Amino acid sequence: MSKMQHDDSPCVDVLSVHKTYANGTQALAPVSLSVRAGEFVSLIGPSGCGKSTLLKMMAGLLAPTDGRIRWWRSDFGAVGQPGRQLAFVFQEPTLMPWCRVAANVRLPLDLAGVPAGESAPRVQAALERVGLGPYEQHYPRELSGGMQMRVSIARALVTQPNLLLMDEPFGALDEITRNRLDEDMRQLCRENNLTVVFVTHSVYEAAFLSDRVVVMAARPGRVHASYDIEQDCPRNAVYRTSDTFARHCTDLSALLYQASLASGTGQEGTVPISAVTRSAS
Amino acid sequence: MTPLIRSEKFLSWFAPGLVGLLLLLAWEIVCQHLAVPDFIVPRPSVIASTLCLDFVMLMKSLWVTMQITFMAFVLATLIGTLIAFVFVQSRWIEISFFPYAVLLQVTPIAAIAPLIIIWVKDTFVALTLCATIIALFPIIANTTLGLRSVNPGLAALFRMQRSSKLQTLFRLQIPTALPYWFAGLRISSGLSLIGAVVAEFVAGTGGQGAGLAYQILQAGFQINIPRLFAALFLISVAGIALFALMLFASKLAIGHWHDSETTTET
Repeated sequence: MSKMQHDDSPCVDVLSVHKTYANGTQALAPVSLSVRAGEFVSLIGPSGCGKSTLLKMMAGLLAPTDGRIRWWRSDFGAVGQPGRQLAFVFQEPTLMPWCRVAANVRLPLDLAGVPAGESAPRVQAALERVGLGPYEQHYPRELSGGMQMRVSIARALVTQPNLLLMDEPFGALDEITRNRLDEDMRQLCRENNLTVVFVTHSVYEAAFLSDRVVVMAARPGRVHASYDIEQDCPRNAVYRTSDTFARHCTDLSALLYQASLASGTGQEGTVPISAVTRSAS
Repeated sequence: MTPLIRSEKFLSWFAPGLVGLLLLLAWEIVCQHLAVPDFIVPRPSVIASTLCLDFVMLMKSLWVTMQITFMAFVLATLIGTLIAFVFVQSRWIEISFFPYAVLLQVTPIAAIAPLIIIWVKDTFVALTLCATIIALFPIIANTTLGLRSVNPGLAALFRMQRSSKLQTLFRLQIPTALPYWFAGLRISSGLSLIGAVVAEFVAGTGGQGAGLAYQILQAGFQINIPRLFAALFLISVAGIALFALMLFASKLAIGHWHDSETTTET
């Protein structure tokens, strides 16, 4: 069933993008990556591989030194139009502590000038979707870390995004909370047919959530391998304990290890990618 | 219900109050026993009776000092906040002008007060000016810091939503700066009082409309030490009242969300 939600139209195309900082550090060697509409793609890699940099470029927050990024086959100017909404979830909840939960979630709508009568039900719906319906009148500091992260996700969902970019959103949470959020996240994305690019440092999280995992190597940051995950299994607690999941984790760990070995040499393609890339069928 | 003696709130008033009372009592007893003359160290009871005797005169002086303090505080708040807003508009403006703000801070007011008093004819205006200069810097420094302390993630979020400069200012920068601004106000409220007293000392104004500093000077000349202590006491009370007022204002404004305003009431 999930296959039907995929179509082949590209959502984001990263076309030989590279990034060199002013001090000469090469953060990204030319990287090309295509994310199809409806796909859940994770980026993993050793620290310094530029996965966050790449994500920020996809959000239009950073400009590439060279190369191009296309959103829905257009440039960034078209982002924000109906059907081309983009939302970003940060590593931290990044909520405004002076606003109640509802006002925090409403922020993107307020900034876009959506009238209050229209935004109120959308805020309520977004909070219901992340399971925080009764908390709209709370202040962020009254909530736990996991709940704050849920508010942050609700704020991203309220714009009804087509593309959701997440930068290690659950990295700071304990494992039990993170697993629950992962499960809810996967379900939310399927229900709303979201395209997601998800940066993480956890092999398990990547294997649980993604349709495809892109493994990156560092210094300079580049794509090391791309790994497909079986589509048809429902992502739930049963999947987490299955052999399939264990196999994906093992494969990804091996790829990540190779990527870390390949990092820091400054040379590209020291490990033949084709040798380790395998597509699950 | 917790018993009164265990409650945090009660203790935080009761304990310092008790210490004060004991200290006063010790002061009274020691002075009595050693027969210390009133013109060296007056007993608390003598100071209290002087306060009552000279009440009208001292209150008039307090009123003058408080007027200068309030005017200086309001002016410093307005000017300081305005300068901070100008500073954060561009890095160049801040780099060019910040050293002069520091200059304002490090110049001893006692050194320039005589000049200001010569230049400005009206004594009230001159004294207010001196006190304003003293109270200005903490507000400039704190507000500038606050306006710059915006969470980078939130700033990115605003940028991604293509917010206008005005939206960013009112929805992000000003709320972020509020706790810093209130911290600045708390410091400056005390400084405007100090500024008012110091400026008056330097000016040495006589006659009508003389403030508490004048009373202290006069009492010193006349060796009326109990009155000197009474005036000193009033200045302290005024300073504490100002501080408490600022604490209350900041609690009212940001207490519901800012951690520094959270009391541990559990």
